[in-house]
Amino acid sequence: MKSPRGTGTSLKNFPLFGPVAAIVFGFLYIPLVFVVGYSFNSNRVVTVWKGFSLEWYADVLTNDDIQRAVINSLRVASISTVLSVIFATGLAIGLLRMARAGKTAAWSLIMAPLVIPEIVFAIGTLALFVQIRFPLGVDAITLAHTAFCIPFALLPIRARLRSVDLAVYEAAADLGANEWVIFRRITLPLLAPGIVAGALLAFIISLDDFIVSYFLAGAGGTTLPVYIFGMIRNAITPGVNALSTLLLLVSVVIVTVSYIIARRKR
Amino acid sequence: MAATEASALSIRNVSKAFPTPEGGEVKALDDVSLDVADGSFMVLLGPSGCGKTTLLRCIAGLESPDSGEIDLKGTRIDDVPVWKRRVNTVFQSYALFPHMTVTQNVAFGLQMDKLPKGEIAQKVDRSLELVRLTGLGGRRPSQLSGGQQQRVALARALAKEPEVLLLDEPLSALDLKLRRGMQLELKRLQQETHITFVLVTHDQDEAMSMGDRVAVFNEGRIVQVGEPREVYLRPRTRFVADFIGEANIVDVITEGGGAAITGWGAIPGESWAADSPAIGDGRRVAAVRPEDVMLTAGGDGRFPIIDATFIGGDLHAVVQVGDMTLAARQPAADATGLSTGGRCDVAFRAGSLRIVED
Repeated sequence: MKSPRGTGTSLKNFPLFGPVAAIVFGFLYIPLVFVVGYSFNSNRVVTVWKGFSLEWYADVLTNDDIQRAVINSLRVASISTVLSVIFATGLAIGLLRMARAGKTAAWSLIMAPLVIPEIVFAIGTLALFVQIRFPLGVDAITLAHTAFCIPFALLPIRARLRSVDLAVYEAAADLGANEWVIFRRITLPLLAPGIVAGALLAFIISLDDFIVSYFLAGAGGTTLPVYIFGMIRNAITPGVNALSTLLLLVSVVIVTVSYIIARRKR
Repeated sequence: MAATEASALSIRNVSKAFPTPEGGEVKALDDVSLDVADGSFMVLLGPSGCGKTTLLRCIAGLESPDSGEIDLKGTRIDDVPVWKRRVNTVFQSYALFPHMTVTQNVAFGLQMDKLPKGEIAQKVDRSLELVRLTGLGGRRPSQLSGGQQQRVALARALAKEPEVLLLDEPLSALDLKLRRGMQLELKRLQQETHITFVLVTHDQDEAMSMGDRVAVFNEGRIVQVGEPREVYLRPRTRFVADFIGEANIVDVITEGGGAAITGWGAIPGESWAADSPAIGDGRRVAAVRPEDVMLTAGGDGRFPIIDATFIGGDLHAVVQVGDMTLAARQPAADATGLSTGGRCDVAFRAGSLRIVED
């Protein structure tokens, strides 16, 4: 069948469109299917299916080390999310008022962590903390996560801010609102969907960060991804699959919630 | 006389310059002075970039003038922050708060004044009634038409009962038919509320139909202030003659104690408006409206008709006189024998020619 726009314009008519799409999606999702599927495998040998079991989930959920790692991860992610969102909101509003030349420079500096190799950032942060004798551990990770979560939190907040007619702030001032009232009653409510989206993004980025956390973990700062890496150093156990599935579940839930919130606010 | 009336707004020698990207600066307002009588409807008219919106923003407090003084009811306000001024603005883009309902939008300014809840509700109702939006208070701005949003913006600004209401091209986003209706509506609102209105527009029809007085802006200066009819009938400069209504601008040279138009001949004394400025010596510029250019058909006429078109009941004609073209307009009944390519004679209606500043 021909598409109504003619054969030349539709990507779907590219001869390898179907197979290429299948390969790409397969490559993305088949590993996840394995992880989730084998997390229910009762066999101790990961790659051989023996029968359905929830014993690894029970194992994971009762393991003290894992619980400690989960608590570390949640603590790091929560605090760095709150801090990075506060910074990002301030930055977004500040950028709006900056002159053009300064704005470009500031924007580049803020967004740089998105393209700086994470290993470089990790090594640099480690060197800095050692130099100033800042103790490694959860607090060190939290600070580093805050720094590299800012650009992720900033993107949706800034996008939201730019969609608001600037005259709205002038109108509020004209009607008698001072700067603080404008921020509280106009800016913040209008930014809310962007802030929620930015916060969820920052939370997920922090939650599954490995490299920086690994470098800065020290003795008591093991986060969940760092712990999982430790588990597979010897062998991939079914417990890793169960734990990874739980982490996946949390991420999916967060993204879904953020999507629903963003839709409702439209 | 303006001097005997109470001024709601008095603007004295206000100047404002903006830096340009190239490092220079552009004078948006150049020594502007203007008095707005209390309870009147003042229109600031001019092409885009002429400074009229900058003046409005200076009055509102959204810009601060580089020099000069702005008084509201005798009190100096140019150093008062925007949120403390008893003036309110209807913005070109309406600038409604998208996360609030119509009622919340209108109530916002009243809440800033910390009025009691009951009084706020009462004033919101009255404002919505005034702009004929009763019953739509629960809607969000996004659920309203452009015309309705415009009315919310009006209600929101009027609810605060400002000393002066500023309107920044309020009708420019509406379609033509709606715009006509809103022009009358604004005039009615102004007369009912007795609030002083200052409206910015680039549309001369809007200015003519609404303003008690019109201030014509060009390049950061006010070139003429007066009643619309006055400004139309007695333009002071070439710019005003050209911008308000249509005008033929003709070069006049002095000749033997009288005046002449090259290619046409000596101007009879009765063609001049009685209060036209003196011709003086040398080259001057005069303005004449197309409806005051009278054409008479005839095969032996002196001037070729370049174009003749009937629009409605009028003939719009363009005639070549010397090296200039004259636009003429006359009722179809008086236009027999005038057609494109024909010839005609040209005369000026008595009292229609006026010397203007070039």
